[in-house]
Amino acid sequence: MPADRTLDQLRAAAEVRPRDVPAPRPAAPGGAATGDPGHDDGAVVRTAGEHDTIAGVAARYVAAPRDTGQAAALLRAAAALDLAVTFRGGGTKQDWGSAPRRLDLILDTTALTGVVEHAAGDLITVVRAGTRLDELPATLAGAGQQLALDVPLPGGTVGGAVATNTSGPRRMLYGTVRDLLIGVTLVRADGVVAHAGGKVVKNVAGYDLGKLVTGAYGTLGLITECAFRLHPLPATVAYVSRAVDDLAEAGRLAGTVRAAQLVPTALEVDAPAGERARVTVLLEGTPAGVAARAAAARRLLGADATDADQPPGGWARHPWRDGDVGLKLTAALSGVPRLLSDARAAADRHDLPLALRGSAGVGVLYAGLPGASDPERVAGLVDALRATTGAVGGHTVVLTAPAPVRDRVDLWGPVHGLELMRRVKQRFDPDARLTPGRFVGGI
Amino acid sequence: MSRTTTDLEALAAALRAAIGADRVISDRQQLRTYECDGLAQYKVIPALVALPADAEQCAAVVRACVAAGTPFVARGSGTGLSGGALPRADGVLVVASQMRDILEIAPDDERAVVQPGVINLAVTRAATPYGYYYAPDPSSQQICSIGGNVAENSGGAHCLKYGFTTNHVLGVELVTPDGDRVRLGGRAPDAPGYDLLGAFVGSEGTLGIATEVTVRLTRLPESVRTLLAAFETTDQAGAATSAIIAAGVVPAAVEMMDALAIEAAEAAVHCGYPPGAGAVLIVELDGPEPEVAAQFAQVESLCRENRAFEIRIAADDAERALFWKGRKSAFAAVGRISPDYIVQDGVIPRTALSEVLRRIGELSAERGIRVANVFHAGDGNLHPLVLFDAAVDGETVRAEEVSGAILDLCITHGGSITGEHGVGMDKAKYMPRMFTDDDLDTMQLLRCAFDPDGLANPGKVFPTPRLCGEVPGRHKGVHPAQEAGLAEVF
Repeated sequence: MPADRTLDQLRAAAEVRPRDVPAPRPAAPGGAATGDPGHDDGAVVRTAGEHDTIAGVAARYVAAPRDTGQAAALLRAAAALDLAVTFRGGGTKQDWGSAPRRLDLILDTTALTGVVEHAAGDLITVVRAGTRLDELPATLAGAGQQLALDVPLPGGTVGGAVATNTSGPRRMLYGTVRDLLIGVTLVRADGVVAHAGGKVVKNVAGYDLGKLVTGAYGTLGLITECAFRLHPLPATVAYVSRAVDDLAEAGRLAGTVRAAQLVPTALEVDAPAGERARVTVLLEGTPAGVAARAAAARRLLGADATDADQPPGGWARHPWRDGDVGLKLTAALSGVPRLLSDARAAADRHDLPLALRGSAGVGVLYAGLPGASDPERVAGLVDALRATTGAVGGHTVVLTAPAPVRDRVDLWGPVHGLELMRRVKQRFDPDARLTPGRFVGGI
Repeated sequence: MSRTTTDLEALAAALRAAIGADRVISDRQQLRTYECDGLAQYKVIPALVALPADAEQCAAVVRACVAAGTPFVARGSGTGLSGGALPRADGVLVVASQMRDILEIAPDDERAVVQPGVINLAVTRAATPYGYYYAPDPSSQQICSIGGNVAENSGGAHCLKYGFTTNHVLGVELVTPDGDRVRLGGRAPDAPGYDLLGAFVGSEGTLGIATEVTVRLTRLPESVRTLLAAFETTDQAGAATSAIIAAGVVPAAVEMMDALAIEAAEAAVHCGYPPGAGAVLIVELDGPEPEVAAQFAQVESLCRENRAFEIRIAADDAERALFWKGRKSAFAAVGRISPDYIVQDGVIPRTALSEVLRRIGELSAERGIRVANVFHAGDGNLHPLVLFDAAVDGETVRAEEVSGAILDLCITHGGSITGEHGVGMDKAKYMPRMFTDDDLDTMQLLRCAFDPDGLANPGKVFPTPRLCGEVPGRHKGVHPAQEAGLAEVF
């Protein structure tokens, strides 16, 4: 096999311990190039294998840097070699968004792991981006604390959750990534390391670049470390549920709960195709407080409501499986009942088994369809859903879909501010090498 | 940097043609009214003031500025404490005071849509009849504007539990520094694309001017309970705060004042705090009645365990208001005990409170400058009030040194140079102490995407803005702004 000069150059870049990466300032989250675990002899850079594809596009190389400094050196080399790069954490959402137009190098974050700091008294933690989200409780729960982010796909990393802005039922009380991320370390397309925010929750110094990279699908830079605010674990939880026959009723009940004084942590509707729907209210707090509020929630939901201390099946998970079509539907709160019933009616019209599940209390629903669904029918349903969500102030985004459906539908739909977004992309990644084409408007 | 009178007259004429003669101020005496914001030690008389009536007029003003290559500065109520709305002598001050309509209160959506000049408290007043309120509550909430809150990402006493402006703004319509009107976000969450809304909130007028703001309305809590605890020392009050947080309680607010701040508040508003207190703590819990009842008893006993010598519990709204009166009037109150003072705003990890207060005490003693301390103790946001007399030789300089040294303390403890007042004009020079050149350069990439010509509030936030160029990166050419003779604008 002929020598691969690009591979050699990437390997050489990974071996140089960069001295020009600035030491982190005290206010910035975490450390570049210090104290990273796992300095074993495994190769940092290798040629891509058959599974190293992004939405069906094959990469040539895979690099797994062990710290921010090494990631910076690799991205500088990739810039010099004009390589197109996609970032990959747990690989659980690489089928989200459009396929990249170009792909040479997968920059894998799974060696960038570990909790850098957990300051329990300050209710913050600093975590490397490749750390699995579902491993954090092991560190945080001992202090009675949590990072209040749900994990819709098991195995996902912190960086992946930030990059795709995933959230779950508890966003109703705790918010989403944008509300919990207080500091970030990035490596830019040109290999420059930058920090924004810090390690204190209250901080308005400088632009909030953490929000800019949240949900940017890795098109603006590599996230290597994140600082988060934490919350205390609740002493008691209760899931109060009721099954309902039609989705309009589910929407109406959700509105009733919202208007009451329950302060729920989550208010969910789960409506599998062809089965009864269920409304669930999650209450958290002191034992006495939760008992009283759960009783009030049962009264509001109706006589056959039940409560449990464990979540119902499918809680916080997306209502689709690998290879299926997955959608995200949003609405102003008053439009949730209409969205629920119109979505079901549209699916029936197109003869598609649409599973709906999501946060009726905040106006975010997820919808799943079997991957084998006829692309024409899916496209018709997406149009109908876009008309409905548009009428209630929201959006329909196709998060993931098999290739035949992808080819047939516009994944993102209309986007406000697209021209400004293109300008931001152009400043951060002027040569369009970071996952080009993955994001809105072909960004 | 001086512009010729002819240039200015031409711009004034263009503005009058665009938005009406009565909405453009060029008279020197009238312009003087706008020479400063809430940070009155900086004064600059703007070249012109424009008072647009709506978003389209605001866009027309910005387009006229762009055509003339003239910088512009947006201003709401002018209550900001970092000089963010300090005018430019060569620029146009765009004042939002004529855009004061609450466009919609939508309790079913838990949203309100307002123009930028609407006063913060007015949103809560309009929403209260429906059982809702607007949560961010800066101390100036009776006079500060929502547009200014958006620019500064304002906080307030209750952001410990409820978050800041950025957590409560769901959408804006803005005029970009090019003069385009763009909508970001909206009534539903999670709009697709980059979170430019998140980047815009808190950008201190450097990325454009908000002309319409959609905010979240929060359900009025079923129950609110407030206690005031007096301690002999700030260390004891700090320990009580730590104990409350460690117990897993998230109060709506935890506020602390030290002896000097209490003395000032007593002199100003006779709030009747317990005599002899070295520190008072105000702790407020809100939420569903059964939760508040359970946690309030816990907070009370934690205060006692940490040696509170007196605890008062607000029996009604009037008494609660009295507790808060001393705290909310603290900044102005120090005027009763000192001819001049600097309001500082810094953040430390809460657990460093005791050490940082000790250092502030030492700094104060070393420099002979008194410091009264008021803070949002729950989240480590300090507001040291540095007292001095400008009439005494050298005191101003020493006060500024103490004030700056306090910011350095915040930085070395891993905190921030501003928690809620913003960087503005006042703290731009401190940014390089908190961020590397690369950090600041990266923030400038965002600035350049929005404002390549650097016309939106130049000179604020960043000490040395970069020249944007056409596109950064490998293909740099001669800078067009330099070519066009505009480089001096930066």
